[in-house]
This record gives sequence, C-alpha cells and structure tokens, in this order.
Amino acid sequence: MKTLAASKLGKDDLIATYRLIKLGRRLDERLWQLNRIGKVAFHISGQGSEVAQAAMIKAFNTKRDYFLPYYRDMTAAMGWGVTAEQIMAGSLGKAADPSSHGRQMPNHYGSVAHRIVSFGSTVTTQYLLATGVAYAALLDHKDYVTLVTTGEGSTAQGDFHEALNIASIKKLPVVFAIENNGYAISTPNREEFAVKQLAERGKAYNMPAEAVDGHDFTATYQAFAKAVSRAEKGKGPTLIEVMVDRLTGHSSDDNQNVYRSKEEMAALKENDNVPLFEKQLSEEKILTPAEIANIDAEIKEMVNQATQAAEKLPAPAAETLLDHVYA
Amino acid sequence: MTEHTYLEALNLAMHEEFARDPGVVVFGEDVGGDKGGVFGATKGLAAAFGDQRVFNSPLGESGIAGLAIGLGLMGHHAIAEFQFADYILPAVNQIMSEAARMRYRTAGDWTAPIVFRTPYGGGVHGGFYHSQTTDKVFAGQPGLRIVTPSTVYDAKGLLKAAIRSEDPVLFYEHKRLYRSLKADIPDEDYVVPLDKAQVLQQGDDITVMAYGTMLQHALNAAKALQAEDISTEVVDLRTLYPLDQETILAAAKKTGKVLLISEDTKEASIINNVAAIIAEQALFDLDAPVQQLAGPLAPGMSYALEDEFLVSAEQVQAAMRELAQF
Ligand SMILES: Cc1ncc(C[n+]2csc(CCOP(=O)(O)OP(=O)(O)O)c2C)c(N)n1
Ligand SMILES: [Mg+2]
Repeated sequence: MKTLAASKLGKDDLIATYRLIKLGRRLDERLWQLNRIGKVAFHISGQGSEVAQAAMIKAFNTKRDYFLPYYRDMTAAMGWGVTAEQIMAGSLGKAADPSSHGRQMPNHYGSVAHRIVSFGSTVTTQYLLATGVAYAALLDHKDYVTLVTTGEGSTAQGDFHEALNIASIKKLPVVFAIENNGYAISTPNREEFAVKQLAERGKAYNMPAEAVDGHDFTATYQAFAKAVSRAEKGKGPTLIEVMVDRLTGHSSDDNQNVYRSKEEMAALKENDNVPLFEKQLSEEKILTPAEIANIDAEIKEMVNQATQAAEKLPAPAAETLLDHVYA
Repeated sequence: MTEHTYLEALNLAMHEEFARDPGVVVFGEDVGGDKGGVFGATKGLAAAFGDQRVFNSPLGESGIAGLAIGLGLMGHHAIAEFQFADYILPAVNQIMSEAARMRYRTAGDWTAPIVFRTPYGGGVHGGFYHSQTTDKVFAGQPGLRIVTPSTVYDAKGLLKAAIRSEDPVLFYEHKRLYRSLKADIPDEDYVVPLDKAQVLQQGDDITVMAYGTMLQHALNAAKALQAEDISTEVVDLRTLYPLDQETILAAAKKTGKVLLISEDTKEASIINNVAAIIAEQALFDLDAPVQQLAGPLAPGMSYALEDEFLVSAEQVQAAMRELAQF
C-alpha cells in the first residue's frame, strides 16, 4: 500500500476525505437500521468501497465535471456534493430527494444541481449515456470530464462494450470505472467473465486501462488523476477497474451467508477499508486516534441530524402522480 | 410551394433545423459523409454542417440510442437514425428504460429530447427483417411519443416539430412512401403538432383510420367509392402514441361505422388501441362493429409472398364497401 503522503494531497484534504469515508460508513449503517425497523423499504450498501469511492472522486473537479453513478456510490455522490440529509430524503421517499423526488427506489443517486445524472436500474445503461454526455463536451467546447461507474458483473452487458467502443473511436473525455467487489449478487467473478482482470478489456478498444486496489487510497487516487488528466488533454477515455469488497449482502433483501463461507467473510472483515484508512492516518500522524474518535462522534451526530431532518420532510403530494410525463 | 418527395421533405426539415439550432446533431449507421444514409435521408448534411454534427455511428443500436440520450441530457436535440425499424430492437432497453422514463423518474430534472428516426413498413421486397412495423413495441410507454407522417407536408412539418420537442419522439417513416409520394409543400417554415390526428377527407357514411401505405389505399378507395355514392371520412392517425382520442372519437361518432387499417399484424397493434378507445367511449354511437383490417398473424413478411401478406388496395376497398352496406 502506498502512503497517504504519497498522494501529495494536503493534510486538510486528507482529513476531509476521511470525514467523507466515515460519513459514508455511518450513514450506510443507519440506513440498514432504518430498513430493519421498517422505515426504509430497501437499502443497497457501499460498505467495503468507501475509500475507493472517496479516492476516485478526489481526482475530479466536482464543481465542473459530470458523474453517472450506480447504486453503490453513496460515498462518491456525497463527495460530489450531495448531503447526508438529501441521501436520507431519497431513502425515505421524500419530495426533496434530489435523485428522483421520491419516485425511484433508494440508492439511485442523482442530482441535477451537482451534475450527477439520474441512474435508472437496468444495469450499465449509464455507460452509454456517459458517451453522450462526454460527446456534448466536444460539441459545446466545454472542458468538463465525465465519470461513470458500474459493478463488475454488469460489464457482461452489451452496453458496456458499445460504450467503450464509441468512446475510443470518438476519443471522448470520459473515465469508465468498474467497482469490482467479486460478486454480482451471488454470482462470483469466475462465472461472469473469463479474463483475469476486466482491465484487460481496455486493449480490445485501444484504451488505456488499469486495475487498482481500492483499499489503497493513493494508488486509486493516482489512477483516476491520470485518467482525468488524459481526458482534459483530449487524449480520450480510460478504463479503471477498482478492486473493492462488499462487506454486506447485495442488498437489504439478500443474505450472503448462503453463498459465502465463514472464512471468506472473516477475511473481508480483517481487510475492511475504513479501519485500514484510519490506521494509515494515525501511522502517518495525520490524525491521532483521539482525533479520529472525535471526528467519528461528530459524524454520528451529523447522521442523527440528517435522519431527524429528513424524517420531517414532506412526501411528494398525491396530486403530483402524473406530473412530468411529458414536457 | 415547391414539389418534393416525402424523402426530400425529411431531408429539408433536417437541413432547416440544423441551420436554426446549432445544438442539433444526427448520427446512425452510414448517416454521415457523402452517403447520407442508406435511403439518403441525411444526404448533404455532413457537407453542410460538418462531421462533428453529422456522423456515422458504429453498428450498434443500443449505442446509437444511448449516445443520443446522453446528448439529450446535455440539452442537445439529437436525431438518432436506425437504419431499419427492424433494427431498433437492440435499442429497446435504452429507449424504454432511459429515454421514456428520464423526465418522469426525475420529476423533470433531467430530460431526453431525442428524435429516433427509422424507416418502417413493407412493400419493398424486404422480407422478414426489412419490412416490419415495430411501432407497437413502444406504444404504451408514457413519456414517449410515436408519430409517423403519411403525407409530404407532414414529413417536413412533423419532423421539424419532433426535433424541437422536449419529449423523446419515435419518428416512423414509411420507406415505401420515400420516393412514391410527391406533393407541393410550402417553402416557409411550419410545424405539425405531435399530438393530433388529421382528417384528410370529410365523409358521412363510413370512417376509415390508417397511416402509411394503408392510408394511401384508403384515400384511393374513398375516391373510387364516390362513384357508388359512398362518402368516406378518412383519418390519418399520424400520432400513434399517445393517440389523439378527440379526433378519433369525433370521426367515429360522425359516421358510426369505423374501419381501422394497419399493415402490421393485428394483435396488440396500434389499431387495437384505437378500437379500444372507440369501444369504451363511443359504443352507443356506432351502427356497426368496429372493423380491423390488418396483416396476418405470421411472424414475418414472406419475401416471395409479400403481396399475400400485405393488405391490398382491393381488400381495403372491399372492406369499405362492405362496411358501408352494413
Ligand atoms: C439489466 C439488469 N439485469 C438484472 C438486474 C438485477 N440486478 C441488480 S444488481 C445485480 C448485480 C450486479 O452486480 P455487479 O455489476 O457486480 O454490481 P454490484 O451489485 O456487485 O456492485 C443484478 C443482477 C438489473 N438491475 N439490471
Ligand atoms: Mg459486483
């Protein structure tokens, strides 16, 4: 693992990143609780990829760039500007939900104000939408870069391949990310693809690609920073496969004990990206364990406040049911 | 007024809209360069507006649709051409799951103002996969509009309106009409509404509703049947989804005898939806059961037996006469 210092990010940046990572974890835990007590009908968790998501978005100019996330990207969406209360509003189906104003299931992140494009549910369609968003930058002579993510199982879809092909032909300023957590619901990598790493697929499209350990903040950040810089220079798209973990079941409706062994789960816990990042922070003397504990307490309070505030928000009014079908 | 073919009218519409709005782009298989599409609909556009706005896509329809929708999200009114309506099927997911739902699922925050253009229909010896009318695949997807011009005037005005629309529009062009239909149309700018059927001919005895080549059959038969003192109201359905209920119901009630014609197979077709509207809302104004004349329930149009598959001009005329006598 590379040191955090090697990222050349300043102390403030790294602390802000840590707050984001911890917020991603604590908010996710809260959403599970709300699901289990029946307040949130569904949750799909990003536990195990918080560090990777924070590293990924750190490479972008979130005030300029466009992001097409998928359902595990809660941490990334918050790094792009969405607030914990807005996420909570989505999970509780409130009108203020910036993703869909309470129309879609939880975890389909989006926000027009933050240039985060609405995510559907049919996996991988967003890869093609990203080519259009990126092509618009060329047409309009704009300098934004487009980031799009998906899971590794979803790369079996034709849209994945069509998108890489189009982006490479047109040299589009887009970064394609795959968050490889080893499973598509219960189906392991070996039943989804026959290559060792999905990054190998870059070659087929004449596109630079690399696989990176998502537990390694600096390596992940650097891989994306390089991709962003290529896009900014007009050199075209990059494919990055980030190796992450899925610490929970696929969703609140899945029990992964059915298809993952006790040993495998124990190893996952050992390798939890959040405590690993905290260890780096204290070993590199960026934060003391006491400071880390203080931040955690603050974050927990933030999550409480976001929950309380979002619970008080109104649901969409019944008479809006047929609004926005047509222009 | 200048005489143009249906195909020229489409081409003109694009030229004019490209000049009006610098955000408009068009792409699809063989659409760019000097070729300008396998039917020539986009001919001359690349030379006039450059290969960044007019270009060949790779041969992948989901990609064509997805790229267009992404452009739409950024405010571009993209025209995505599918080479044949048969080959829109690989793009169904993008069109239904993304384009049709984008506005509603974000309560208007994100929209996809795309025109999906495609040539449809039989009568050109296209066999199974160059003859289909796939419009019914998309009917019943709120958020989408499906329109089809059946006159030269509409070819231009409807395409212009579709390009300017903030909704995703599936724009079906009957390939048999591309060069066979000619008419004088205004040189000035005009648009045709995307939600209105059109009464092409007034009549008192029977009402026929159709689109595409079937509409041509109906118009010709209506003329011939005048000699037998049968007066026909002819409606061009034109906006296939959502349907223009008002015009449909008024025309149905006017004569009380309705014939619906489609070259597509009858089941789950656009005209089924028309029949349902009339059955539900105009039953007591009818003097005869609603008649549907449509293609046979075969999975494809036989290359050798195309004439047997297609509803013929004679069948249309006979059905109209029979209904008048009911
Ligand atoms: C086209 C489509 N097929 C099936 C599903 C149901 N589904 C949702 S997520 C998922 C697994 C995705 O796995 P992966 O791409 O590895 O992403 P992960 O959930 O592991 O992050 C499936 C099968 C879907 N949403 N879309
Ligand atoms: Mg996975």
